[in-house]
Amino acid sequence: MVRDIALGQYIPGKSVLHRMDARVKIVLLLVYIVLIFVGSNFAALLLTTASVFFIMGISGVPIKMYLKSLKMILFIVIFTSLLNLFYGQGEPLVTLFGFMNITQAGINNSIFVAVRIATLILASSVLTFTTSPTDLTDALERLMKPLKVFHIKVHEIAMMMTIALRFVPTLLEETDKIMSAQKARGADMESGGLMQRIKALLPILIPLFVSSFRRAGDLAMAMECRCYRGGEGRTRMTSMHMGKLDVKVIIFSAVICAGVIVCSLLLPATVR
Amino acid sequence: MPILETKDLCYVYGAKTPFEKTAVKDVNLSIEEGEFVGVIGHTGSGKSTLVQMFNGLLRPTSGQVLLRGQDIWKDPKKIRAVRFQVGMVFQYPEHQLFEETVAKDIAFGPKNMGLTESEIEERVQAAASFAGLKEELLEKSPFELSGGEKRRAAIAGVIAMDPDVLILDEPTAGLDPRGRDVLLTQIMNYHKQRKNTVLLVSHSMEDIARIADRVLVVNDAGIAMFDNTRSIFARGKELEQMGLQVPQITKIMMKLREKGFPLPCGVLTVDQALRELLQIMGKEGKKHG
Repeated sequence: MVRDIALGQYIPGKSVLHRMDARVKIVLLLVYIVLIFVGSNFAALLLTTASVFFIMGISGVPIKMYLKSLKMILFIVIFTSLLNLFYGQGEPLVTLFGFMNITQAGINNSIFVAVRIATLILASSVLTFTTSPTDLTDALERLMKPLKVFHIKVHEIAMMMTIALRFVPTLLEETDKIMSAQKARGADMESGGLMQRIKALLPILIPLFVSSFRRAGDLAMAMECRCYRGGEGRTRMTSMHMGKLDVKVIIFSAVICAGVIVCSLLLPATVR
Repeated sequence: MPILETKDLCYVYGAKTPFEKTAVKDVNLSIEEGEFVGVIGHTGSGKSTLVQMFNGLLRPTSGQVLLRGQDIWKDPKKIRAVRFQVGMVFQYPEHQLFEETVAKDIAFGPKNMGLTESEIEERVQAAASFAGLKEELLEKSPFELSGGEKRRAAIAGVIAMDPDVLILDEPTAGLDPRGRDVLLTQIMNYHKQRKNTVLLVSHSMEDIARIADRVLVVNDAGIAMFDNTRSIFARGKELEQMGLQVPQITKIMMKLREKGFPLPCGVLTVDQALRELLQIMGKEGKKHG
């Protein structure tokens, strides 16, 4: 079923992470991502990995959901770490087929790359699992506000994102329905060559486009009926506040941050 | 042998995720050939899931669906053949139209069955006339038709496969009263002429009361009642507890019965009610006269 996609699915809850200010979460995620790539030895790697596990633990989201989002990038992780395995410099430990050298540096590289990508995905999943899409775009809009100086239409971009996110589940559902309807008429989507499969998609894509246009028209009409005319002079229904909780989390993150930097400075780097 | 039978049928959405939800639980029923079965149940009761398992669009989490005594999932590769035998018309079926012309769209099902050109042509003509589509509409683009015509064109697309069992999921939703009437009459005529089995899912108790032989009441992922139409609507109190209604006329007659008038329970149509009322008025008249 199309519905079983885990990426970017909000899971309602009441954990610390759910209650945090979405802006803080986004900024911290960015910091964390930089941190993953700053840490250049095993101690730093251990620290970043442990902290993401800790955060996953307190998010209250079932571990299965995280595994699901990891599963989607499993191929990329394996592929890149395999490539890295053979591109290390130094004394070869093992030589395969006479030209593929596996070195200690290569092994280190491949471990680092795998763990880094995996933790990156896990940390991003924490954000999307614990933040509702509306909060997320709302927070992005506020974070991007300074860009208005460069005449970038921040509000419009954020509105587009909100609408797009809002319609993802709707369109998935619609796709599901249309697929079922065509399958009920004997549409065969599972067999045949490439051309046949592409042709088999037409009975789904055409109705999907038609209904997307209809929905877009309806929505535009509904928005105009409520006098929507962009972000100029608009006030907000909800305002975001940073509370004690957010400060606590920021301090916690700063400590980890410092830990990783100290580790990277004091201990010799295992990867470049 | 019943044409359609289920054994301990269960369906669970999103199994083993936080969104896990049992939509159908331990359903056992059997439907005889040629029956007209109405399916009612409030939104989210699991009726749509149930009927989607009848033609193999959803694979049961556990239990079986038997079509003429054969488990439809015995050979998953042959599930397409089942879908040709059990035709399914979804809610708002006009959203599935995609071809350049109405005729081509109706021909989509028969084409997938692998019929010859002349057979397809025949099927399209027959289905279009069953659905009351005029000849000149067949060469138009489906997107040029009116709402009601689109609906009928889409239904014709399923009828064209000549299924032994036809399932219609709220075929009259969103149509005006006249459109509803026309469509229902067409479905009734189709059923009469073809003598096949029809399942009609509807929220309109009036429609169900008018045309169904038996009514299946779905509540809380299971079957609450399955009986002939008259007996079902005689149990108005229970239906109301499930968030369902009885036809207005049945309700009025029930109220009159409570007031002490000698009326039978489970009066389904206005005509019936009229007859019953005239009868007791005649008796009363004699008594007083």
